[in-house]
Amino acid sequence: MIEARDISVALGGKRIVSHVDFAARPGEVSAIVGPNGSGKTTLLKALTGELAYTGTVTLNGRDLSAMKPVEAATLRAVLPQATSLAFPFTVREIVRLGLIGGRSGVLPGENQRLPERALARVDLDGFAGRFYQELSGGEQQRVQLARVLCQVWAPVLEGRPRYLYLDEPVSSLDVKHQLIIMNIARDFARRGGGVVAILHDLNLTAMYADRIFVLSRGQLAAAGSPQDVLNDELIEKVFDCRLKVGALPTGSVPFVLPQSAA
Amino acid sequence: MAEQSVVAAAGSVMAADGNRSARARVVILLLCLALALSVFLSLTAGASDASAVRVIHDWFTGAVPADAALAARDQLIVYDIRMPRVLLGVLIGAALAVCGAVMQGLFRNPLADPGLIGVSAGSSLGAVAIIVLGTTWLAPVTLVLGQLALPLAAFVGGLAVTFLLYAIATRRGQTSVATMLLAGIAISALAMALTGVLIFMADDRQLRDLTFWQLGSLAGATWPKIATVGPVIALALSAMPFLSRGLNALALGEATAGHLGIPVQRLKYTAIVGVSAAVGASVAVSGGIGFIGIVVPHVLRLAIGPDNRYLLPASALLGASMLLLADAVARTIVAPAELPIGIVTAVAGAPFFLWILLRKRGVVDL
Repeated sequence: MIEARDISVALGGKRIVSHVDFAARPGEVSAIVGPNGSGKTTLLKALTGELAYTGTVTLNGRDLSAMKPVEAATLRAVLPQATSLAFPFTVREIVRLGLIGGRSGVLPGENQRLPERALARVDLDGFAGRFYQELSGGEQQRVQLARVLCQVWAPVLEGRPRYLYLDEPVSSLDVKHQLIIMNIARDFARRGGGVVAILHDLNLTAMYADRIFVLSRGQLAAAGSPQDVLNDELIEKVFDCRLKVGALPTGSVPFVLPQSAA
Repeated sequence: MAEQSVVAAAGSVMAADGNRSARARVVILLLCLALALSVFLSLTAGASDASAVRVIHDWFTGAVPADAALAARDQLIVYDIRMPRVLLGVLIGAALAVCGAVMQGLFRNPLADPGLIGVSAGSSLGAVAIIVLGTTWLAPVTLVLGQLALPLAAFVGGLAVTFLLYAIATRRGQTSVATMLLAGIAISALAMALTGVLIFMADDRQLRDLTFWQLGSLAGATWPKIATVGPVIALALSAMPFLSRGLNALALGEATAGHLGIPVQRLKYTAIVGVSAAVGASVAVSGGIGFIGIVVPHVLRLAIGPDNRYLLPASALLGASMLLLADAVARTIVAPAELPIGIVTAVAGAPFFLWILLRKRGVVDL
């Protein structure tokens, strides 16, 4: 369980996140949604310990601030929004970095082949020999996800659940790969791990999230299941946009929902 | 476009599965041979016709030489002049190249180099202060530290500059490359100005020492000097392999390296202290020898990739070989006089450095 109480974060004297309570249970996908600048990424960075915060964050009951980097690395992996690379590493070399500090949870002999397996999962079979810097943005994002998966390959290690933190994991992906990545996240949760994901697509959120945390101006506007949270009033209040949940377009304008995936 | 074609060329000669470990091991083995060859060459070449082969042969076989006086002279040249010089060349060449690679990993920039960003200038300031003020204002320091005063002062100077640079260029865990390079230039200029003031205060004898020392040379190599700075460099270098995994992770940024389980703060401090120690000690005995730290890691990254587990040892080997060869050129090209080695490395290194810059032009973040 990830539990955060009364989290506030200030950047450059400005309070970005204030007094947010958050909890992500193992076995569930917890989504953080909200408009641009509502503090989603800042909250996630507080939850991972990357940014200084006030309040408490616990991971499986242990205080995050008391953990060494390597201890935290065995409990959770973090996918940032974008990653720039300093030197010309190959895709395999990047994915293998996931095995540096944490514990994948597979048998030691299998670690060698884990980068290939992880790349296959994110639909990048055969990309191991390519240079990271010559891939497209969406491919780079999937390489990073493969690296993150290597770090916590087993969702449960020694009886303790582990966690994935994903900051907009599907923002630069085509629809096929959005579904592949979200299925990986759901599968990780079904097998006992926990997933915290920042998402922008409300349809994908409704489809995959077990719990939704809605942020607005740095504060928690709502939390609960998709059925409880996603309603006309909340969307108008938070996103400042009059939308109707569940309304079909009139006339002959085509629309495509991820929910229709076979 | 040029960038892509280079990448593509590198890709075509690379293992298709992206695993460059095997290739790196072969390169490291070849570099060991190259270093052995360079050491042999350096022991043999020189202003004198003394034969290192004969001396070593006599030493191994215990043979009694026919001309005892000549043999004694050759022994002196080989044991007391060339050998310490070769050892010092190996230590300093390795130190400069490895420190370059470590700085580049730390700053996530292939252009970071202790010489370029002012670490060497800081070390110089420390060393010059001891040379010029060692008998007056800083007399207590030299009295207490003796032989160690010069390398220690160079170390402290380099350390101060490195910490200052890091503090200036880092905000919220992100090191700004542009700020770092610009701050390095400013700090370099300041350190050189202060060095200039000290030079202004120096007397004639000190001036001669200083001028020659600043151009860089291995000519002053003696066993006592090696006993002083050798352990410092060796200790600093032996810590570097433990940084390689962390430096690899750092290529993804400090935050991600931390998420991967790397104690980033400790890594940074170890790297900074190690680099300052090794560069400070090197500068203290050999003056400013440029470009080894930037050229060697760059060439090796093209050959074996940026994985620091291989890059650091390979840099040590190639840096040592290159400095020995540069030194061989320096002391034979105008024999019996000799050229400061800094001139040789600069003449060879500066055009190469420009080539890197031109090749990288147009890429947003170097």
